[in-house]
Amino acid sequence: MKQLALIIDLNVCVGCHACVTSCKEWNTSGWAGPLSDFNPYNTDPTGTFFNRVQTFEIGTFPNTETVHFPKSCLHCEEPPCVPVCPTGASYKREEDGIVLVDYDKCIGCKYCSWACPYGAREVDQQQKVMKKCTLCVDRIYDQTLPESERKPACVLACPTNARLFGDVHDSDSEVSQLIRENGGYQLMPEWGTNPANHYLPRRKTRLKIHEDELQRSDNPLKKEGVLPEPPKEQQTLDDIYMSW
Amino acid sequence: MHPAFSVIFLTTLIGVGQGLFLALYSGQIYSMMNLLPGQDSQSFYAIGTLLALLFLAAGLVASFFHLGRPMRGWRSISQWRTSWLSREIIVLGITLFLILLYGVAHYLAWTQPILILGETYPIDLSLAIGTLAMFSTFALFISTGMIYACIKFLQEWHSPFTVINFILFGAASGFTLAAAFSAVIGSDVVVFYATWAILLTFAAFFTRTASLIRNSNLKPKSNLQTAIGVRHTVIAQKAQGAMCGSFNTREFFHGSSLSKLKIVKTIFLIFVFPIPIGLLLAAAYGFFPIEFSIMAFIIQYLGLIAERWYFFTEAKHPQNLYYQSVS
Repeated sequence: MKQLALIIDLNVCVGCHACVTSCKEWNTSGWAGPLSDFNPYNTDPTGTFFNRVQTFEIGTFPNTETVHFPKSCLHCEEPPCVPVCPTGASYKREEDGIVLVDYDKCIGCKYCSWACPYGAREVDQQQKVMKKCTLCVDRIYDQTLPESERKPACVLACPTNARLFGDVHDSDSEVSQLIRENGGYQLMPEWGTNPANHYLPRRKTRLKIHEDELQRSDNPLKKEGVLPEPPKEQQTLDDIYMSW
Repeated sequence: MHPAFSVIFLTTLIGVGQGLFLALYSGQIYSMMNLLPGQDSQSFYAIGTLLALLFLAAGLVASFFHLGRPMRGWRSISQWRTSWLSREIIVLGITLFLILLYGVAHYLAWTQPILILGETYPIDLSLAIGTLAMFSTFALFISTGMIYACIKFLQEWHSPFTVINFILFGAASGFTLAAAFSAVIGSDVVVFYATWAILLTFAAFFTRTASLIRNSNLKPKSNLQTAIGVRHTVIAQKAQGAMCGSFNTREFFHGSSLSKLKIVKTIFLIFVFPIPIGLLLAAAYGFFPIEFSIMAFIIQYLGLIAERWYFFTEAKHPQNLYYQSVS
């Protein structure tokens, strides 16, 4: 069964918020109505977002590292937000595993947001319904778009290719290979939610040079340079192998 | 969690209504067994049931203030297979109907025995309806409690204490109100209700204290390491993606100082337990039974509002790990 998901590569995310703004732009202009903002140009602006980029500092100065951490709905394979919904407005699609909210059925009781340990759901204060990342479901199947653009808005916007989109149940997909080969992990695995979205960790390529590698150990005379050519009649290693 | 007053009033008010009905029903059982003098169907049971219905209806009204789209509320009966919230709404409807029927049965005096149990205990129609309503009332208590207890990562709520406390607090406040009600109408069962109210309040004191101790010793399963998946003991948030807050900062943080929490906790521990117990004891011994039992109910109810407020602030949602600092 298909399970669409995002892979977020923390190794290359630079925290530019392009995914946040393009997500907001796409999802506030769609047929599902705007993602409302309050006081956008005033004091205390607030609003509904599907995607946020947070920043964490790891370690103590001077040994610190900054991690930019994009966070949106993880489209869990065992979504705790779905069974608690009293109206059935929250549901997980059978065909592609996207967790969605039916804005016409939602009564705005906020119970699903209590049942999400990741804080991925936000109430739209104007429409009074719960909203969350849709994986741009209105875009990825849109036949009027060129195929290369049938991806979530955040994925297309990312300048460093830190966001990848694909089917994590297909072992040969690009995203599955990335998870497998680059240590992809899930957030808060302790709750058994089995998020479909995976994160790729910071990775560092280090060259380990042992002390003895700095000196030739097979040089008994401790002299560097071209060795004298052996006499023609002397057996060489090649002769031994050839004789076999 | 941010304490939502709509839910605080919903849970405390329907708790009183359910408890009052249970009190009336157990009074009828005692009278049927000739352990208590029988009460008048209309002036005692029917009026008492009306009072219980008023509390239940007030709770239902309060619950609508919690909804963003109350006009779609009817949809919430559809997911009873998986959602405790859906179950609560269905059971609340059934309970309201059965308790209303119980009141009607008493008002119309359907109290002629329809069968004699064990040749000594007469069962009438009102008692039969009352038994159904009693089961429905307990199902409602369980559904209400399970709404909170079933969310496993709200570790403070994810415990049988949540359900037990809802039952005992509802029953205690309902029996206290029953004592006040019977004192006001001059019935002779004040001592019976006051005694049970004291016992139930004591029981609630033990279970609530146990849950307070449990919650103070809880170890959070989630931490910043598992939240962002970085294996380092020192992680500090530098930005949360919004400068002036969001739904996530408004809904899941109580935003109260430690001293305020302490004051509320002290208030509920005093208002719910010792003061009503003292007042009910005095009322049971005949000192100003009307005034003291009414005071006991009002003070206990105010304490229960504080208790439910504190219950919300106790729960620490793991999503808060992602919203530790603004910039």
